[in-house]
Amino acid sequence: MRSPGLFARCMLVLGLIFLYVPIISMIVFSFNNSRLVTVWDAPHSPTLKWYVALLHNGQILGAAWLSIRIALIAATGAVVLGTLAGMALARFGTFRGRTLLAGMTTAPIVMPEVITGLSLLLMFVAMAQLIGWPKGVGAVTITLAHITFCMAYVTVVVQSRLVGFDESLEEAAMDLGARPLKVFWRITLPLILPAIASGWLLAFTLSWDDLVITQFVAGPGSSTLPMVIFSKVRFGVTPDVNALATIMVMLVATGIAISTVWMRYREQRRARDLQLAAAANL
Amino acid sequence: MHLSHAGGRRLVAGIPTLWLLLLFLVPFLIVFRISFSEVRLAIPPYTPLIAWHHGSPSLEVHWSAYRFLFTDSLYLSSYLYSLKVAAVSTLCCLLIGYPMAYTIARATPSSRSVLLMLIVLPFWTSFLLRVYAWIGLLKNNGVINNVLLSLHVIQQPLALLQTDFAVYIGIVYSYLPFMILPLYANLEKHDLALLEAAADLGARPFTAFLRVTLPQSLPGILAGSLLVFIPAVGEYVIPTLLGRTDQLMIGRVLSDEFFENRDWPVASAVAIVILLLLVVPIMLFQRAQRRELESAP
Repeated sequence: MRSPGLFARCMLVLGLIFLYVPIISMIVFSFNNSRLVTVWDAPHSPTLKWYVALLHNGQILGAAWLSIRIALIAATGAVVLGTLAGMALARFGTFRGRTLLAGMTTAPIVMPEVITGLSLLLMFVAMAQLIGWPKGVGAVTITLAHITFCMAYVTVVVQSRLVGFDESLEEAAMDLGARPLKVFWRITLPLILPAIASGWLLAFTLSWDDLVITQFVAGPGSSTLPMVIFSKVRFGVTPDVNALATIMVMLVATGIAISTVWMRYREQRRARDLQLAAAANL
Repeated sequence: MHLSHAGGRRLVAGIPTLWLLLLFLVPFLIVFRISFSEVRLAIPPYTPLIAWHHGSPSLEVHWSAYRFLFTDSLYLSSYLYSLKVAAVSTLCCLLIGYPMAYTIARATPSSRSVLLMLIVLPFWTSFLLRVYAWIGLLKNNGVINNVLLSLHVIQQPLALLQTDFAVYIGIVYSYLPFMILPLYANLEKHDLALLEAAADLGARPFTAFLRVTLPQSLPGILAGSLLVFIPAVGEYVIPTLLGRTDQLMIGRVLSDEFFENRDWPVASAVAIVILLLLVVPIMLFQRAQRRELESAP
């Protein structure tokens, strides 16, 4: 195998530095005593005072709680709808409306968010005029909007997982007389469970993080965490946001570390099971 | 195939289709329709499509929103500026991302998974906060200026924030993983025997790269570039936090038109023209996506 040249290797290292320097600088300055954020106040640092301030900031805590609730519901809804769409696209061959469904699930991934946000809000307004629901915008409309743009990602993840498996297992179960619903629960679902799990996490992250679409479909009293952060940082840097960012980075890093260890453990267990099975056959 | 089976299938495909029709396609039709209205002081703040004159309906189509877009140079310059920013950022992403994806694809399997994780990890942390981090780095008394000043490279702080440069940095930084991942997926599948054959036939490494690797990776280049270019054209957060105040990108113009001026027809017309500009890239992306998802390995 030919290894890449020095230039390509340097680019990888520089690229990774580029990706991590801003995150690291946020973490470092979250422990800084000075209000001036980027001037290191050596005699009084490191300090945890911005973390303490964060814990007493009712606005941020309330917004975080709202964001978590919305993300939980939106990710779950997106997983249900996205799995259905992924199943249909990967398993049903050609059917009427296939092109339409395929187009509508890939378009939201690249659609500029301002357009999605504007169109969803105008739709909610039109619906309220027509059928009297939803009454005003708020957590409900935010959740509906999030389900819609998150399900596109879940569909892609589930569909590509299903395409990777051939249908022979499902067909065998059908031939043995299993009904379609049973085939789904006993064969298809276990096969695509990893895709569903990563789709859910992806949807949760996207919902938790979304600002632009949310701003359009949010109302008074329904400020999510990104909306609160945006209004704080729009006019400059504030040190407690650094503390918040550090907490979020740590949570994500911990989650990824745990999932990596768990996957490695599962792989090792599977390898051991295979060995045991081979030994038993001898 | 018996009946309940067909009914079940119809339900599985029908539910997500119905949802997306209602919350994705119909909303666009509404935007399209409102773009042909005139603004008025009422609820809702635009003229109805069908007006009643002496009991008979007549279709009222107004072009004023579009006419406005073409008479005020603010809009034209915002469109051109957005296309320029998106194109330059996409090119930078490609130039930085290609060697990165290439190196990862040729690494040993164990370091490959670690490197991929390092690429994806920032993506899982908040996009907004990562853009915000650049304010602290780029501003006048920010980290970059402080470091350069203390090293005596510069005497005066450089004005880095609120420049085109800051927007490019922000977009490249935020979208780089979207360029690297499709490129990696493509480069990883290459048959290295072709490169060996080229070397055996006397091609130098760079020639072999230009003649063998690069042409084969065109689908990855296209997919990655579209994933960066299309959303970048309508980008709102990055130019608002890092960008110039004298030249807005079109996503910001749309948002201001809606929230500040409360002019729904003009905001809708701005959206429709963005979509017209992006219709070819979006269709290319859909075709690439379809090919990727429907070809079983």
